[in-house]
Amino acid sequence: MVTLSGIVAQILAIVVALALAPLLTGWVNQWRAWLQNRSAPSLLQPYRMLHKLFNKESVLAESASPLFRIAPYIVFACMALVCGIAPTLSTDLPLATAADAIALVGLFALARVFISLAAMDIGTSFGSLGARREMLIGFLAEPALLMVLFSASLITQSTSLANIVQTIAHQPFAIYPSLAVAGVAFTFVALAENARIPVDNPATHLELTMIHEALILEYSGRHLALIEWAASLKLLAYSCIGLALFLPWGIASADTPLAMLIALPVLIAKLAVGGIVLALIETINAKMRLFRVPEFLATAFLLAVIALLVHVLLGA
Amino acid sequence: MDALLAQSINLFAVVLLVLAFAMIAQRRILTLIHLFTLQGAALVAATLVVAYLTGQHHLYWSAAITFVLKVVLIPILLHRVINRLNVRWDVETLFNIPTTMLIGIVLVIFAFNLAAPIASLSASVASGTLGIALACVLLSFLMMIVRAKAVPQVIGFLSMENGLFFAATAATSGMPMIVELGIAFDVLVGILILGVFMFQIREQFDSLDIRHLEKLKDE
Repeated sequence: MVTLSGIVAQILAIVVALALAPLLTGWVNQWRAWLQNRSAPSLLQPYRMLHKLFNKESVLAESASPLFRIAPYIVFACMALVCGIAPTLSTDLPLATAADAIALVGLFALARVFISLAAMDIGTSFGSLGARREMLIGFLAEPALLMVLFSASLITQSTSLANIVQTIAHQPFAIYPSLAVAGVAFTFVALAENARIPVDNPATHLELTMIHEALILEYSGRHLALIEWAASLKLLAYSCIGLALFLPWGIASADTPLAMLIALPVLIAKLAVGGIVLALIETINAKMRLFRVPEFLATAFLLAVIALLVHVLLGA
Repeated sequence: MDALLAQSINLFAVVLLVLAFAMIAQRRILTLIHLFTLQGAALVAATLVVAYLTGQHHLYWSAAITFVLKVVLIPILLHRVINRLNVRWDVETLFNIPTTMLIGIVLVIFAFNLAAPIASLSASVASGTLGIALACVLLSFLMMIVRAKAVPQVIGFLSMENGLFFAATAATSGMPMIVELGIAFDVLVGILILGVFMFQIREQFDSLDIRHLEKLKDE
């Protein structure tokens, strides 16, 4: 039964995600600059960027097909939907029952397929190079992500993300070794999926090393703005899923807007700390060679499988 | 509080297992030694928790011996050895790490299955972790098999001893003191002898690759 307050809560969750996502990106960039002894860009820089790009004319290549035009909208819609489903502020949202953890992974995959197709659509060599690399990373990261979610769902016997988070958050505190290992694996996957430093450098302008940037090289104007925003949303969604699974305390379990407003400061505090940790990881690591990436993601997969096995052995 | 401590033994056990995997995948000798030190520290923590929970005082002693040997003395010795051999920054080429890890996963499943019936017979606080201890031993075996250089092999041997020690602590709340002291000194003497061996291998073959030892010479 969908109530009015449920709908308001759902809209609130999506709006908060849309508004917070560029802020998180700006926060991570700022800390990264500070940690690397550079003078940091303003916290609001991603908003200015989006504003600038939305006001710019969008230039399309002559060989662009309609797919190239609609891909940014599909990617953005996927990420916005993920932010609506993922337990960001509350575990009891009307949309949360629409898709379980596996469908969520599918949504990420859908966005990845379309952005890769669009990159190959123009026919430039960098586009198809980026698309291939993106698919390489995607097909290695996906099984690891699924294994992480499975080891979390073994604890609660449900693949619904909301159920998992609810169960973990509302029982007496217990140490789950399997969750600890799965958390490390999830961090690895999140770094790879969000084009972060050990795998890809989000700030690179060197064509030979870039993955995510090579995909969107041909985009400009509002299309680029949507893709950049979608990338921020993806980072936010991954952070929220990770925080909800591994540090679920403070998340609202009711679908009333009031309870969610109380959960908001907790979420922002957790995201702020998470952003600093991400900036730290990116600062103390060097980008690895592309051929080391399968190893990195195999490690993530292995950790996730260990988490599953440990859960079966220890029951915790 | 005690329940949390009992659960923390499981956590330390999993840390041991993950570190054993990390050692298999690690190319750099220096990082390998750091990982070994960490594994020793996790072992000490697990032993201390078991000692507190079971109230067995001799376990405190064995935790202290483990700390002195495996967190302080042996890492210092290893650092000195790699400095003297000038292999501090050596990077070993390993064959296909993902494949090795998959073999490792199979070993872990095997160990867990093997230990399950034994663990159900034991009444110790940490009986469930016997499978993990066995998996650590097998993984260190695997590491000794796949490594070609002498120093990582020695570290694999030491890490196997870590697994055995943890198995003893987890399944039976520790061995008798005299056995523990004996093993501790055996390991210490072992590392000294292996250190001498490493210098000899190096002198004979100009490399630490132990595959040179497989060739027979008629002299």
